[in-house]
Order: sequence, then C-alpha cells, then structure tokens
Amino acid sequence: MEPMVRFQGVTKRFGYLTVLKELDLDVAPNEKVAIIGPSGSGKSTLLRVLMTLEPIQEGVIYVDGQPLTHMERNGKLVPADERHLRSVRGKIGMVFQNFNLFPHMTALENCMEAPVRVLGLSKAEAEARAAELLKMVGLDDKMDARPSRLSGGQQQRVAIARALAMRPKVMLFDEVTSALDPELVGEVLNVIRKLGEEHNLTMLMVTHQMGFAREFADRVCFFYDGRIAEQGPPEEFFSNPQNERTRAFLSAVLEAH
Amino acid sequence: MNIQQGTVIFLLSFTAGLAVASFAGFRDFIPGLLEGAWVTIQITVMAAGVAVAAAMVAGLARLSSIKPIRWIATVYVEIFRGTSALVQLFWLYFVLPHFGISLSATTVAVLGLGLNVGAYGSEVVRSCIQAVPKGQYEAAIALNMSRSLMMRRIIIPQAVVAMLPPWGNLFIELLKATALVSLITITDLTFRAYQLNQVTLRTVEIFTLVLIVYLALSLLITIGMRALERRFGADLGRIR
Amino acid sequence: MLFDWGFVLEILPTLAQAAVITIEATVVSFVLALVLGLVFALARMSARPYVSLPVGAFVEFIRSTPVLIQIFFLYFVFPQFGVVIPALVAGVMALGLHYSTYCSEVYRAGLENVPRGQWEAATALNLGPMATYRDIILPQAIPPMVPALGNYLVGLFKETPLLSAIAVLELMQTAKIIGSETFRYLEPITLVGVFFLVMSLASAALIRRVEAWLRHRRD
Repeated sequence: MEPMVRFQGVTKRFGYLTVLKELDLDVAPNEKVAIIGPSGSGKSTLLRVLMTLEPIQEGVIYVDGQPLTHMERNGKLVPADERHLRSVRGKIGMVFQNFNLFPHMTALENCMEAPVRVLGLSKAEAEARAAELLKMVGLDDKMDARPSRLSGGQQQRVAIARALAMRPKVMLFDEVTSALDPELVGEVLNVIRKLGEEHNLTMLMVTHQMGFAREFADRVCFFYDGRIAEQGPPEEFFSNPQNERTRAFLSAVLEAH
Repeated sequence: MNIQQGTVIFLLSFTAGLAVASFAGFRDFIPGLLEGAWVTIQITVMAAGVAVAAAMVAGLARLSSIKPIRWIATVYVEIFRGTSALVQLFWLYFVLPHFGISLSATTVAVLGLGLNVGAYGSEVVRSCIQAVPKGQYEAAIALNMSRSLMMRRIIIPQAVVAMLPPWGNLFIELLKATALVSLITITDLTFRAYQLNQVTLRTVEIFTLVLIVYLALSLLITIGMRALERRFGADLGRIR
Repeated sequence: MLFDWGFVLEILPTLAQAAVITIEATVVSFVLALVLGLVFALARMSARPYVSLPVGAFVEFIRSTPVLIQIFFLYFVFPQFGVVIPALVAGVMALGLHYSTYCSEVYRAGLENVPRGQWEAATALNLGPMATYRDIILPQAIPPMVPALGNYLVGLFKETPLLSAIAVLELMQTAKIIGSETFRYLEPITLVGVFFLVMSLASAALIRRVEAWLRHRRD
C-alpha cells in the first residue's frame, strides 16, 4: 500500500547544525504515529518540514503519492514552485504548541477564514462546517468568543477545529499540550482520541504524553540526534526497548511521573 | 487628570482672565483665527491621509524581498527624514516650477507634509508588521493561505492595532508642522496670527490664544486615537 | 532644466557663510536646551507640587505646540516692552526653549530608568546627594540619554530653517534671497537640502557609533 507520507533521505540543516539526517520514514494511511525524544533531537523539525514551514536541503518528501517539496518537470524532480507547493500542502493540517489562533477573529471566524478564502466555500457553507466542528470539539457555546476570552485548552480545541475545517488527510500535532496547565491537558487529548476513532486521518504527533502515546498510537518513534533511533508498536516499544538511548530516555521520562 | 488636561485648564483660565481684561479687543481676533484654524484642520486631515498611504506603501516596500523595491523605499525614507519639513516645502514650492510643475500652495503643503510624516510613519508600519508573532505566519501557512491573503487578512490587521499609539504621536507632530505652511502663503492659523499681530501688535494675547488652539486640536487627536485603540485593541485582549 | 554647476560654484561661498550661522545657531540653541532642560527636569521632580505642577504644565504646553509660533512670539514680544534684540537671538531663545522641553523629558526618563535599588544603596552607604548623583546615579543615567539627546540635536539642526521666517540670514533664508534675486531657486534650495541630508546622515551614523561604544563600555 502506498504510504500517505514518505520521507526519503531528508536532510535539514540550520546553518552548520544538521537537525534531520538522511531521514527515511513511511507513514501508512490512517496510521497514528507518536514521535518522542529529547529536546533538540529534531522531532518538531520533522513536522515543520512536512508542513513546509522550513525548506529541506536534501531528499524528497511525498504526500499521498505526490512529491511535496519537488515537482516533476520533463520527467525529473525539481524544487517545487509556490503553486505546486500549495496544491499539495492543502492535504496537511497542523496544530501548534502555542495555538496561534487569529486574535482579531472569533472562534467561528477562525475556523471559517481559510475555507472561504482558500477553498472558495460560500460563507454559509463555511459557517455550517465550522459550527459542526466546534460542536464536535465541545465548544458550540463559545463560537462567538475571541481567543483572549478562552482558556488554553479551549483555544487548542478551536485550533484543532480550524485545522480540520480544511479537510486535510494528514494532521500534525506539535507538542499540542505542552503549553497547557495540567488540568486542561485531558480535554485536548480527548478530542484527539475522538478524532482518531471517528475520522480517517493520518496523524503524526510530537508529544511528551507517554501514557497517551502508549494507548493511542499505532507506532511510536524515538528520535535521537536527527534520526529515528528506534520505532515500533507501543506495547513492544514501551515494555521492551531495544536501544540503549531509548531505555535511558524512557527511564528518565517515566521517573518524572 | 493628566498633564495635558491640566495644562489646558490652567491656560484657559489664564486666557479667560485676559479676555475679561481686554474684552472688546479680544472679540476682534476670533473670526480671523477661526478661519485660520479651519484651514489648519483641513490641511492636517489631508496631509494625514497622504502620510498614512505613503507609510503603508513604503513600510511594506521595505519588507519586500525584491531589492529594487526595498531600495527605492529606503531612499524615500532617508531623504524625507534627513531634511526638514520646511526645506521640503520650499523645494516643492520654489523649485518644482523650474521643471514645469506648478503646484498650488495647498497641494505643496499636503504633499510635502504628508510625505514627510509618511517617511517617519513607514518605520512604524515596518516595525509593527515585524512585531506580529511568527506563529501567526505559521498558522496561515498551515491553513494553506497564499502570501497576499495572509498579509491582507491576518498580519496587517494585527499590525494596525499596534500602530495606533505611535501614529497618534505622528499626527500631533503633523499638526505642529502645519504651522510651516504659513510660510508658503497659506492662510492657516499661524498666518492669521502673524497678520493679526502686525495689525494690532497684541502679541501676547494673540500668540498665547493660538498656542492654546493648537493644544486643543492636539488633544482632539489624542482623544480620537485613544478611542480607536479602545475600539480595536479590546478585541485582541489588549484592553487599556 | 539642467543643474547649472557654474552657478553652484558662484553661490557656494555665500551659502558657506550662511552655513556658519546655521551651525552657530544650532550649537547655542542646543546648549540652552540642555541647560534649561535640566532645570525643568529637576523642577518637575520636585516634591513641592506648587513647583512641579506649573512647570510640568508649562513644559507640556511648549512641547505640544508649534515652535514657529514660539519663534514669532519671542521675536515680536520684546520690542513691545522696549527691548530690542537681534532676530538671531530671539530665534535661538525660542528654539532653545522648545527643545529644552524635549531634553527635560530625556533627563526625566533617563533618571527614572536608574533602578530604585541604586538610590537605596547610596542611602545605605550614607552618601550625600552630591556624591550620590556624581558617582552613582549620573554615570548610569547618562549613557542611555546620549543617543536620544543626539537625535534631538540633529532635529534642532534641521529646524534652523524656521529662523528664515524672522529673516535670520541662515542657510534657508540665504537660499531664498539668492533665488529671488537670480530667479534660480533650483540650485540654492537643492544645495541646502543636500547639505542637511548629508549632515543628518552623518550624524545618524555618528550617533549609532556612540551608542555602540557606550554599550561596549558597559560590558
């Protein structure tokens, strides 16, 4: 089966620092992948590069069978232009650690903006879709609220609804609970769990929530120094880590709980 | 009560005292000065329009990735900030006719002052756009927005709110600068004051009164800008 | 309409003389602004409201109103009391007064930026007011003030053309006279503009250098 997301020999450098090292990764359709690892290992960069927030220096990324970072010209792969980028990028949605809601719009307007302006939906259609999504994340009573009036957990749920409004095939979650007070983490994780169960979505999550990763993910990847050091289904991964560094990381993290 | 309010009250009472002391004479000033004040207001408003437009264009141009555009904007800003408003007004008024361009004094005033304040304003525009958090850009990209859509609907609206206080100060500087147009024959408040002084020689009363009028106008600007800040800033959670 | 370089050479000496007047006016006004600004700043920080409030009101009044009017005021008011002063003196006084209000703000902000703890430490060490200011407060307050004051100096320099309104023979007035006598305004006024632009860019670079030097010195 054709992978939904494929990283092929992807290298990403910031100046002299190589953050992703010839990364190869295949994600199957509807697969839920949790990405864990120490700070600076490159986990967030992996998501950011997939979302085209950063350019890559080497390698190719494929989404849903099509090259994302490159395009075909005369049978060869050349770096993608803006138009091609935008045509493939629409299949990916992202939720950020700091929510990044648009402060000058209400929750509803946040969710309507891109469907109207980018997808060309009519205002009525976009509004109906947005309302439905906000209801799904449990915020139908906060549709007309501005972000400044919402708690962190509520803002993050709006952010999820906003990303879903574009009907992506792949959803990226970049440490989406790390900026939340502990008591608000649960409501966001519940929404993500619901998403996984009720929708056909391929999901990549960078997270520190080991318990959630264990219970929710189909596969866990341990990222270290720009590469995947170890990966596997959660039961095996957590109970029997093969790699030395994986063990060290897991014991350090689990001790903290 | 802030300093400016206190100032106005203090000076109004001073003037009231003067008025009582020289009642009849005082009335003679008022019509001429009011006409002058009206001209000042009109020039200020028109120049403000030019200034905002020039600042938006130049500010965005300075952020452009295209070098020639950045360069032209920088030249504009450096020239208009590096020379004084009066030199610019005189240049437009005395020198342009040599090139066959004969502008009316009012056009010179509005254009000259507008471009002058616009140059300072472009810095405000530029820095406020750059101050919008990077996360907003990233969210827009994640939603697959084009660059122009992102600027138009997400970035610039947020930048505009941040710009309001500095623009308030710039508009007050603009108001003060309109006094210069009296030197290119425009019959504004300063011109009227000069005339009246030549005729009546009541220097202290006339000029003090005129200064108070300018102060009052600048207070109007401050109040107006504060109202705008409250209206738009509250939405973003930045309530004063 | 070509630039007549021959004409430029002709008028250069006259303009150079006028430039001297411009620079003199700038320097004297600025010194006045620095001194008067300090007086105002200290008065505004006074613990006695009958001193600080009127001075504060006066400073705000002057700062928020056009300097041109203030120039006219001083120029015309003295003769009415029988005192005859040259236009240059009246102009310099007005510019100095106007810019002293800006300087007083810089002083106030600069002094307020010195952390409270410094004042308290000086008190704890039983330092008298003179020593406190001289050795503790001013050395910390002054460096950040320098760029701001430098910018006002440049601003003041660029406002000297206003003195042409009371016929002071500085650069702008001289340029206008040349223009009205020869009907060629292009060269004189452009030269004046270029002169101001060059001086302004040079001072801006100089001020940046000073800023960097000051920052370097602190660390």
